[in-house]
Parts: sequence; C-alpha cells; structure tokens
Amino acid sequence: MFEAVLLTVITAATPIMIAAIGELVVERSGVLNLGVEGMMIMGAVIGFAVANQTGSGSLGVVAAILAGMGMSALFGFLVLILVTNQVATGLALTILGIGFSGLIGEAFIGVPGLKLPELFIPGLSEIPFIGPVFFQQDAIVYLGFALVAAVAYVLFRTRLGLVLRAVGDNHGSAHALGYSVIRVRFAAILFGGACAGLAGAYMSLAYTPQWVENMTAGRGWIALALVVFSSWLPLRVVVGAYLFGAVSVLNLHAQAVEILDIPSQFLSSLPYLATIVVLVLISANRRLTLVNTPACLGKPFVPDR
Amino acid sequence: MVQHDRSNKDTLLDARGLTKRFGDILANDKVDLVINKGEIHALLGENGAGKSTLVKMFYGSLEPDGGEIVWEGKPVDINNPAAARELGIGMVFQHFSLFEALTVVENIALALPNPGNMSDLAQRIQQVSREYGLPLNPDDIVADLPVGIRQRIEIVRCLLQEPQLIIMDEPTSVLTPQEADQLFLTLQRLAEEGCAVLYISHRLEEVKRICHHATILRHGQVVRECDPTLETPASLASMMVGADVAAVSAAEQAPQIGETRLGLHGLSAPAATPFATALNNISLDLRAGEVVAIAGVAGNGQGELFDAISGEMPVAPDMVRLDGTPCGKRNITWRRKQNAAFVPEERLGHGAVPGLKLSQNIVLTRHSTGDKLVGAGFVSTAQAGEMEKRIKQAFDVRMSHDDPEARSLSGGNLQKFVVGRELDRKPGVLVVNQPTWGVDAGAAALIRQALIDLARSGSAVLVISQDLDEIFEIADRIAVISRGFLSAPEPAADMTRERVGLLMAGEAENQGEATNAH
Repeated sequence: MFEAVLLTVITAATPIMIAAIGELVVERSGVLNLGVEGMMIMGAVIGFAVANQTGSGSLGVVAAILAGMGMSALFGFLVLILVTNQVATGLALTILGIGFSGLIGEAFIGVPGLKLPELFIPGLSEIPFIGPVFFQQDAIVYLGFALVAAVAYVLFRTRLGLVLRAVGDNHGSAHALGYSVIRVRFAAILFGGACAGLAGAYMSLAYTPQWVENMTAGRGWIALALVVFSSWLPLRVVVGAYLFGAVSVLNLHAQAVEILDIPSQFLSSLPYLATIVVLVLISANRRLTLVNTPACLGKPFVPDR
Repeated sequence: MVQHDRSNKDTLLDARGLTKRFGDILANDKVDLVINKGEIHALLGENGAGKSTLVKMFYGSLEPDGGEIVWEGKPVDINNPAAARELGIGMVFQHFSLFEALTVVENIALALPNPGNMSDLAQRIQQVSREYGLPLNPDDIVADLPVGIRQRIEIVRCLLQEPQLIIMDEPTSVLTPQEADQLFLTLQRLAEEGCAVLYISHRLEEVKRICHHATILRHGQVVRECDPTLETPASLASMMVGADVAAVSAAEQAPQIGETRLGLHGLSAPAATPFATALNNISLDLRAGEVVAIAGVAGNGQGELFDAISGEMPVAPDMVRLDGTPCGKRNITWRRKQNAAFVPEERLGHGAVPGLKLSQNIVLTRHSTGDKLVGAGFVSTAQAGEMEKRIKQAFDVRMSHDDPEARSLSGGNLQKFVVGRELDRKPGVLVVNQPTWGVDAGAAALIRQALIDLARSGSAVLVISQDLDEIFEIADRIAVISRGFLSAPEPAADMTRERVGLLMAGEAENQGEATNAH
C-alpha cells in the first residue's frame, strides 16, 4: 500500500518538477516565460499524436520536446528580437497552446494510448522497497532527476552557469563585458521549452496514457509558482514538486476513504495551499532569496549599438 | 595654440578621425587622439560632449561609423570588449559593471578569457589586490560591499588582465578623499610601470594633480589639447564650456538665521531590505535662512534619510517635525502643503515620469500647493503650460520643441527642470538629494546659485550631496552621514576636506553612537 502511494507521488511530481526546472533556467537568465502551460500542453498532444502514429514512445517523446522548443522559439523571437512585453507574450503563448492542442488533438480523443515502458535498473531495482519505487520507473522519471542534478551543477559550478546568472542579474554589465545577452537568453528559453515539452509528454505517455483536452490542468502554472517560491534554487524545486505531488495523492486517498467529513473542494485545494505555505516558510530567509532573485527578471534588453 | 612636445615617447593608441553618429546627432566628429605609453591622459568635456561614446569605441562596446584606431602601430578593428581586452585595453566603468548577486571572484572570472580554477583565481586576486594596496576578500558578495570596495574590484579585474591601457570613467565620484588619494597612488604606480591611463573626470583639481596630458572635447570635437599641470581648474573649465564659468559663493552674503523649520529628532529606521541602510538616531535642526549640506559616500543612508524626510517612508510622528508639527506619518502631499518641497536623487523615473510632458510633470508635484492647477477635480492645462514656460525661462531648460516628454531632455536639462519646478514655488523648506549629479559646470553653477538665493530669501535648504566641491561652495553648515549615522553639523568655515573625509570614513558613526549613549 505504502509503496503504491509513493509510486503515485512520483508520477504526480515528475511533470511539475521537469517543467519547473526548465523555467528556472529561463528565469535565471532574466526572462519570465508565462507560457509554460501552453508549451506543456503542446508537448502532450504532439507526443501523443506521434507515438500513436508511429507506434514508438521514444519518437513521441522527441517530438514533444521539439514541439515545446518550437513554441519557446516563437516566444524567444517575440520577446528578445521584437522586444514585446514578456508577460503578455507568455500569456498569449499559453492561450495559443491550449487552443491549438485542442484542434490537433480532436482526432485523438478516446483513442487508446501508448504507455512508456518501465526501465528496470539492473541490481538497484531488486532492493526491497526502494527498488520498486525508485528504480522501476520509465525513462522520463530518471531523466527528470538527471536534469535537476545537471542544472544544479551547471548553474553553480561551471562558467556557462556563471554567465547565465550574470546575464539574469545585470544584462547591461554582461553586455558591457562582451557577452551576448540575446544569445544566452535564447538558449535558456529553448531549454525551458524542451523541458516543458518533455513534461507534457510525460502527461500523455506515462501519467495517463491518453489524450484529453486541457489535460495538463494548470500544472504549468504550478511549475511557474514553484520556481518563484523555491527562490530559484534547483533542489528546492524538487522539494516543492514532491510536496505538491504528495499532498495531491493524499487528497485522492482521503476522498476515497471518506473518513473525514471535509468538503472535497477543500481537499482538492490542499496541494496548492500546502505547497505555497511550505515554500513561503523555507523562503523566509530574505537575504538568500534576494541574492538568488534574478534582478533583471522580465526586463526588456536592447543592446546599444 | 601651443602644443607641448610629446613625440619623443612611444605611441600606444592613435585614434584617427573617429566618427560616431546616433540618429541626427554627431556624438563624435572626426576625433583624433594619441595616447602614449606610461601616460595618464585626461579626457575632459561637458555632459554630452562625447567622452563616453569615444571610450566605448576604444573598449569595443560601440562600433565607429568612420575613422580608424591604430594600436601599437597597427590598425585594429575592436568589435567587442573581448577583442579590446585581448589587445590589453581594460575599463573601469562610471556606473559599475558589477553583478551584485555574485561574489568578487565570480565577478572577476566573468571578465577574464581563461579564468581557470576558481580557488586559484581567488588566490591570485588576493595576491594582486594586496600588492597594489587594494585588499579584497574574494568570497564576499558584491551586494554587501560599499562602493569604494566595488571600485577596487573593477580595478583589480582590470589589473588581472595585465592591461597596457586602463580607461577610467569618473572613478573618484564615489570615493572619499582618502580613497581617492589611494587610487591616485595606484594610478601613478601603474604609469611608472608603463601602463597608460585614459582618465575621464569632472573634477578638474585632480586632473591638474595627476594627469600628464589632457584632451578637451566639445560637441563631439576635439577643441584643445593641453598640459593640465600648467593650467588652473578655472582655465580648464572655461576650455570645456567655451566661456567663463561664473563662480558660486555662499560666503558673499551672511545668512540671516531664523527659526527651526525642519527638525529631525532621534530619527531611526530599520533597513527595509538587506541591501538598504538603517538610520540610527539622526538629529538635525534646519533653520530658516541657511543651507545645511549632508556629505557622504553613496549608499550610506542618504536615500533612506531623504525618504523619511519627504514622507515616502513613514516613521514615528515625533521623529520628523515641520515648523514644530510632528509629521513622521504624514504623506508627501501633506508635507508639501506645509510649504516643504523635495527633489529626489533619481530625476528620471522618481523625480519625473519619463513618458509625461513637462507640464504634466509639474501637475504631479504641484497639484495641491495653491497654484490653481486643479479645480473641481479638473487639471488646468493652461496654467500648467504657463508654469512650464516660466520654469523653462528662469532655469534655462533647453528643449527641441515646446513642452516635450521628460525623457527627451538630456540629464542636465532635466535636472534643471526638476529643481526649478520646486524652486519656482519659493518653498519654506527645500530638501534636495544630489542637486547637480551628472550635470555640467555651467548648469551646476546655475542650480547652486539658485539654492543659495532661496536660503538667503529666508527659506531653509537641506542639500544631500556626494560632491565635496559643491558642499564647500554652498553650505553654511556641514554634516556627514556614514552607515546611517549623522555627525553633528559644523559651520562650513571650520570644516576642512580632511575632517569631512575622516567623518565619511566612519568617525561620523562614532559621533552618532556617542550621542546615542546620552
């Protein structure tokens, strides 16, 4: 029983964690992309469609990543080259994604889907309890953890990460030192798009292997909030995502048991409340938060040449 | 024109006919400039004369539209700052190019092509910074450091690139006199080692003191070259402006001191953010008829003090009194109605709304001070336009067409406007933060004279400034702010620069703490 609950927690947390780690990189470079939900849902529908047509889950995942990157490239072109307002452009991207995915997905409603196979890690998967929970998952779950570790390492231990943080902290100075602010940001935006697309693929190929209109159901927004509440620190994103996953699974079980006479609407809102409360508490260290907040977040940049 | 002979030295950089155009404006018009090895070369000019544009072309942040740069005898193309650094050109920026959220070593690594291992770099930083008398702790986060240290980071960053030419854009504007002296020693040592320095400054005293040669720009053209050691600050100033600059003096007419208009009593406030400064038990009586100046290095609580006096930051009622009335919790409009006026430091964005016309900006601060600007909720545009013309004339605000948007004015002109807007009211109490920051000599003299005239007509004037020359020109009494403590104001006649410098470096703190103990 406990094993099964833990498994569902991982499934619930993974898409949010992956989308959030991508957005974290985007925001560290100083860009606010509110289109996570739109990129995610496009990843979900394209991933499902390609997997369905080709019969290959891997191709579906690759297509979903490319779809997310395509959406983010559009966003990057608008906000970096044409210097449109980032908030408005991000909102438009979400609206576009939800509408467009509904159109593409119409033919796939009710079509049985394809579930990504579980990969058993030899040796580790046989460890009692830990094995079945952590090492008998599909590839995207492993990839998600690898992504968090890689992002944390690159951001704080490599020159690439240093340049990325520098661009997000003060784009004027980064430009004066000769770094291409636009190029760094475009790369970050593409990475964010790829992560959102991957998170979408997880929704339609692993979480619930089918296509339902608007199936991401606000997870992109949760991911966005998570980035802010985690003070732009990768490991806290993991904490937040798992907390959200855990409370939403507990809430399902509580509703099923009906031991408590609590309105189900309240239970459904618990994951959101719990995540916000906990992350507000851990971000109480205002100094740490301020030092980690990208100072140029959402500000337009035009090089003076 | 007498050109003294410099031809016997090695030429390092030779700029020939450099031209840069922004739209209709010719920022640099066929500028010729020769910098020799081991020379401290001053670049002088008013605001907008094209100094920054010129050095940005040397540093590769701007591309010239015409002309060529010859570096050690070879024509070079400097497309970007990395190319400039490769040639051996380093730059210390006027507005620091540091990343506040990063550590010292990270900031320096960003400017080096091959920084290598971070801990090795940290060691090199410590070694070089100690060698030049500019000690740094590599692991400090920049946001925690005062401006003097921040400048050290920029200089050490330059030194680690082993440059042959260092460009410095107004390096002393944020330093105490003692810190500036230390900087001059470093520069002289660099020059002796054969490194050239291109030095931009508005402070002509120090140009005379440390520079070997000066080039003067006006309206984007080279108008003169001279040996600054043979000139006086006044003669340098008139070369820059192209006319004699009127001297300002507070001493000519003795102040008629009246009653206390603005009183600060034990004004304390915690720091609102980790990067802000707390105010500690500040007391001051500002009396009618006098100019009191508060000196201090940037970031020692000037902004917070201004906000508490103007009403942007509420404090306990008794801490701020206008004409004896406690008003620490009153808003800025209430205080304006009490005949007080405020000019904040940041003119564009805080002092004026960039996208609004000047007449609309007048309405914003004058709407309820009895100028008939607002009647029954409607704004009288005619009255606002009239006032705009009046201020424009009285303060010589230059504009391309009538009543433009605030953002289209140059910095100096906008400063004249925001100060003029409040002076036009003849307020009983005027508080102004950095009245002439980044303003050229002519406009600065006009503003300073107007502040003195206002005080002599019976108003109380409080000036917060980082410019010691300005403070000694206009103040009757001088106090110094340091880390949120204010020293007791002393008559300007008894103050010396050395004394102010010591107070800036922390003695004001001790004094402030001593008053705390009472």
